[in-house]
Amino acid sequence: MLTLLRTIGAGFLGFLAGTGRLVMFAATAISHCFRPPFYFRLIGRQMLDIGYYSLPVVGMTTLFSGMVLALQSYSGFARFSAEGAIATVVVLSMTRELAPVLAGLMVAGRVGAAMAAEIGTMRVTEQIDALTTLSTNPFKYLVVPRIMAGTLMLPLLVLTGDIIGVFGGYVVAVYKLGFNPGTYIKSTVEYLEFIDVASGLVKAAVFGFLISLMGCYHGYNSRGGAQGVGAATTNAVVSASILLLIFNYIITELFFAR
Amino acid sequence: MSTSPKIRIRGLKKRFGSKQVLNGVDLDVGIGESLVIIGGSGSGKSVLLKCILGLITPDEGSIQIDGEETTGLSGRERERVMRKFGMLFQGGALFDSLKVWENVAFGLIQGRGTAKAEARLVALEKLAQVGLTEAVAELSPAELSGGMQKRVALARAIATEPEIIFFDEPTTGLDPIMADVINDLIAASVKELGATAMSITHDMASARKIADHIAMIYEGRIIWHGAVAEIDNSGNDHVDQFINGRAEGPIQMQVTRP
Ligand SMILES: Nc1ncnc2c1ncn2[C@@H]1O[C@H](COP(=O)(O)OP(=O)(O)OP(=O)(O)O)[C@@H](O)[C@H]1O
Ligand SMILES: [Mg+2]
Repeated sequence: MLTLLRTIGAGFLGFLAGTGRLVMFAATAISHCFRPPFYFRLIGRQMLDIGYYSLPVVGMTTLFSGMVLALQSYSGFARFSAEGAIATVVVLSMTRELAPVLAGLMVAGRVGAAMAAEIGTMRVTEQIDALTTLSTNPFKYLVVPRIMAGTLMLPLLVLTGDIIGVFGGYVVAVYKLGFNPGTYIKSTVEYLEFIDVASGLVKAAVFGFLISLMGCYHGYNSRGGAQGVGAATTNAVVSASILLLIFNYIITELFFAR
Repeated sequence: MSTSPKIRIRGLKKRFGSKQVLNGVDLDVGIGESLVIIGGSGSGKSVLLKCILGLITPDEGSIQIDGEETTGLSGRERERVMRKFGMLFQGGALFDSLKVWENVAFGLIQGRGTAKAEARLVALEKLAQVGLTEAVAELSPAELSGGMQKRVALARAIATEPEIIFFDEPTTGLDPIMADVINDLIAASVKELGATAMSITHDMASARKIADHIAMIYEGRIIWHGAVAEIDNSGNDHVDQFINGRAEGPIQMQVTRP
């Protein structure tokens, strides 16, 4: 019994210590975001990598989500003759929920993993130590560009995803289910409010921050060779995905639970 | 020995888990002196250098650079002291995302704010000194042989002409002729730049060539420290065994004999 308690206690303390380290890491990273020198070229390259090269994945995911949403809600809503609502259902679900969450999860898998692997390899091959000896702060050089780019680019990706998702719904509704194009577009914008899109973009910014933070954190603290880097990569993706879903709930609560 | 040493270490201790790697190191390195540290594999030579650089935080003891205590420094203060240092890492630690010349020019461009074109010229000059051509400068580190990587790392360590240079096994993995070229280069760097150097090597020929003084580390302490001319008459059994490379003697390797 005592050993059980001890194990639980040790686990809990370990969890607290880990959280503390992560918060310290995040605080250091954020404080460096506002102090020169800034590596604009590196920020640009990360923005390109996160924003531009994630477009295909995010585009495909949101396109098919929008399409399936139209299809599902049509066959479901037909039971109580509410087919007219599908344009609204598609646009609200996409902007508020699906585009940010799906894009976030996709980018976590693509970008978060790459960040952890790259920084982790630099850690275990002493490249991060070498940066320090060459008068370059590894936080400013490695972490800040990634976190800035992640936080700035994910909203843009999600905005694109919103449009593509709504377009997917439109295609299915008009060409498959025989809706009138004009009516569909009209009901898409009719009930859409600014806050629907805005809340999705706020989510996206927070997700982008979390994904790059977890990628950098796990990479930066990786230990012991290829296996350590592999573990860092997995941990980055898993922890980013879980945190993302938790914060998705919290932000939704803050925006809409009134 | 100079009255005010460049580097002054007192009672330095560091343990990893249950392994006491450094157990009270006392060491002085005078201005413009070239000290070679010898000692068995795993005796803590690399750890000692990293402690001085602040890459590893020691458990106890004092490290003074130019009379300034550096063990408690962080942030900008630490960066200021780091500017005095150049380091050749045992594993090279080249930035694999950058070209060879960008690696060599890194400290100049990022650390000193030198213009890119000018830094490139300096890099090419340093690369020529270690026997690498302009064609090699455009390659990425992964395309080089082990010995070439080592020479690039050496060029990077001396490119900013630092006051204190650490060489962790500069000639390991080089052919005997190139090793001798590198020995000359290290000796010249110390003489011409007036730099203070600490080198680690297992190669006694190299040690005799580049050292003014030699210190031997054993079981976490400096057991012998003297001028290079005295090494053959050190009167220390450990040193004798080491420099003559005998398996029999007071130092026992933890191996099972067939
Ligand atoms: N980051 C670390 N974490 C845990 N143990 C470490 C770490 N760095 C070094 N050690 C341990 O410290 C000891 C000394 O390592 P160090 O690299 O200084 O050896 P060395 O004298 O440079 O050996 P070699 O000549 O083989 O390079 C080793 O037993 C090593 O396992
Ligand atoms: Mg070593």
